[in-house]
Amino acid sequence: MSQPHLELHENPPEQPRRGFMTHFFAAGIGLLVGVVPSFAGLAFFLDPIMRKKKEGSGDGFLKMPVSLDALEINGEPQLVKVIMDKVDAWNKFLNQPVGAVYLRRTAKDKVVAFNSRCPHLGCAVDYKPLENHYFCPCHTSTFDDDGKMQNEIPPRDLDTLKVQIRNKTEIWLKFQNFRATTPEKIPVG
Amino acid sequence: MNALINWLDDRTGLKKLMHEALYENIPGGARWRYVWGSTLMFTFTIQVITGLFLWTAYSPSTTTAWESVYYIQNHMQAGWLVRGLHHFSASAMTVLLALHLMQVVIDGAYKAPREINFWLGLILMQIVLGLSLTGYLLPWDQKGYYATQVSTEIMGATPVVGPQLQQLAQGGPQYGHHTLTRFFAMHAGVLPGALIAFIVLHIAVFRRHGITVPDPDRAPATTFWPDQVLKDGIACLAVLGTVLILTIWHHGAELAAPADPSEAYSAARPEWYFLFLFQFLRFEWVEHQGLAFGAIYLPGALMAILAAMPIIGRWKVGHAFNVVFLFVMMVGIIGLTGLALKNDAADPDFQAAVKQAQDDSVRIEELAERPEGIPLEGAVSLLRADPKAQGPRLFARNCAPCHRYNGHDGTGREVVKIVKQKDGTKARIKENATATDLGNFGSPEWIKSVITDFKGTFAELKNVPDKNDKNAVAESSKHFLEGEMANWSSSHAQHWRVKANEQALTDLVAFLHSQGQRRGAPGISDESPKRGRQIFETSKLPVGEFESNCLDCHSLQPIGEDKLLGEIGTGPTLTSYGGERWLREFLDNPGHEKFYGSNNAMPAFGERLTDKELDLLVRWLAGDFE
Repeated sequence: MSQPHLELHENPPEQPRRGFMTHFFAAGIGLLVGVVPSFAGLAFFLDPIMRKKKEGSGDGFLKMPVSLDALEINGEPQLVKVIMDKVDAWNKFLNQPVGAVYLRRTAKDKVVAFNSRCPHLGCAVDYKPLENHYFCPCHTSTFDDDGKMQNEIPPRDLDTLKVQIRNKTEIWLKFQNFRATTPEKIPVG
Repeated sequence: MNALINWLDDRTGLKKLMHEALYENIPGGARWRYVWGSTLMFTFTIQVITGLFLWTAYSPSTTTAWESVYYIQNHMQAGWLVRGLHHFSASAMTVLLALHLMQVVIDGAYKAPREINFWLGLILMQIVLGLSLTGYLLPWDQKGYYATQVSTEIMGATPVVGPQLQQLAQGGPQYGHHTLTRFFAMHAGVLPGALIAFIVLHIAVFRRHGITVPDPDRAPATTFWPDQVLKDGIACLAVLGTVLILTIWHHGAELAAPADPSEAYSAARPEWYFLFLFQFLRFEWVEHQGLAFGAIYLPGALMAILAAMPIIGRWKVGHAFNVVFLFVMMVGIIGLTGLALKNDAADPDFQAAVKQAQDDSVRIEELAERPEGIPLEGAVSLLRADPKAQGPRLFARNCAPCHRYNGHDGTGREVVKIVKQKDGTKARIKENATATDLGNFGSPEWIKSVITDFKGTFAELKNVPDKNDKNAVAESSKHFLEGEMANWSSSHAQHWRVKANEQALTDLVAFLHSQGQRRGAPGISDESPKRGRQIFETSKLPVGEFESNCLDCHSLQPIGEDKLLGEIGTGPTLTSYGGERWLREFLDNPGHEKFYGSNNAMPAFGERLTDKELDLLVRWLAGDFE
């Protein structure tokens, strides 16, 4: 060691009592001053999971841009974009596409809707008309016309959404996304 | 536990490292005067912690910077706290930096062999000041925008490379997206990185030479841990306490209205620790030497003397010179800062500007909290399209040369002129209005006052001098003050003194008020306006009647009806009187035959203002805003 002024001491002899208090307070205060900004920052960072969900107005059903008459009974499913207002932090975007759903008419007055997000890991599924099934290009999840899983890759069937037929031909739908990877259907957001 | 520590120690030398860090020898015992360096390290740590968290929510662009800071401040959990800690710790850091420098100079800690460490400290000081300067712009509010403009203009005054330097800092010839991305990269990347590198060097060299002890025999030697750590900790706690109190007191840091290059900001000031330089640059003799002298050469020279202190200190009286120099510099800085604050406190224009800035920041919050949220083009567009924010400004520029608004120019400033007094000094005296005060224009009080005290309502018109005879009143004013309506008002005053006619006056006022359809006005089919219309059309009062009918001079097309009552004639039309439509048409051309005709002396603002400006002004005057 060539440092001219620095001498390394072992703990210098002191009265043990005073020594303990000094150690205690030095460590305690040191900890305290560090904790305050860290905790404030952490509380800030946790904002997204502490944020209370704002109650939307109405029953949450949206009118789809296709009418019932445009869908053939047991025909090919139609991919329809879901348009709604989207709040993103300080901005509010009006009439934005926020997702897509497959609509399939199964009877005269019955429409089944699937969220196009794959329940496996959230990719968008394609409908393959030649094979009559939904196919996920990411990890090859496959679902039949009724949304039932056809292989063991997805954890559950395609997510169905609540549909209502109003005024005879209007299709109204409650759009929701669900958590991927789980066997149960758990809404997000 | 012990086994784990030993395992780690075998592989890293941890124990020795900790020992070296904690058991530095302190001859003469732990002392309060050694705490400044540690408090600086502590405030820097706060800045790193809070800064990284703020980074997770900040969005540097001209349409999102203010908006994201607004969101941090008003909508995110503990956002105001984190932002406030960051802001006030920056101020604390500057104060602690000055104290650290003073302690080092007074104790002679800059002398050999510690010269290099002193210079490293001066470099650290420049980096910290750079951090303050770049951070001030990031919220992209009026305050930061205009203060930083001054800094980059100063940069542009650098000899030879100034303009290039300025463009590089701004990311272009003007401020824009890239000004923010560049300032942010400097503030959150380059400067903190450099600061950490220089702190490592600073502490390494400090440890090499040890602490500078003025009197080693004062007390028995001790070690950094725990004695000095305790004192440092208490000092840090005091700093944190101060910063927390300031943060809570102000509920975080101030956020002015969003930056608007088209909107002058007369309340612009740099952050308080640069006020001395600001004040210095305001002296005319400094300005005569050129901007580079006051803003670059002179501060540069002071820094050069600071840097030369280790060399000056070798002379016999060198140390004394250094201490006195630093003392004089500090007194100068404090004095200039105090002078800047004093001047501002005594400047009514500045105070009005501050008030307006505060009003704007309150207003933008109201606008941003509306359900529509903040539009994509940024919050500044909300303020630009807001009658409440723009009306007073338009009034001050266009109307206040003649009119007043509750005695001021609309924005809260007194209308004054500067006159030279006999002793040569200049004095501000109140400029007399030459047209009526419009503070309550169109309100029931206003309408009532026009009916019952016409001359009093328009009394300011007598301040317009005649073109040829300064002591006489202008002809155009006489048309009002001695005209038919003035005569009607005074000759009918007797009616209003009759108790039984009180309600009739209220009804007549309510009728005219309802026709303007302003916010808060009674509905046109309410009972009182209906009764008022009877009086307006028939002249019949409960006791007595008007000698001449309103409709003898005025015309009025009631809202929702096709038929015009009366004819366009001598007096101005009362269709929608005081409402937006009336005001708009009147401002467009007050000399139109349906208004003042040939008696008019007011400029036509249809030619002077754009449609959008007229709309904002009219909506403000008519009170059409939330």
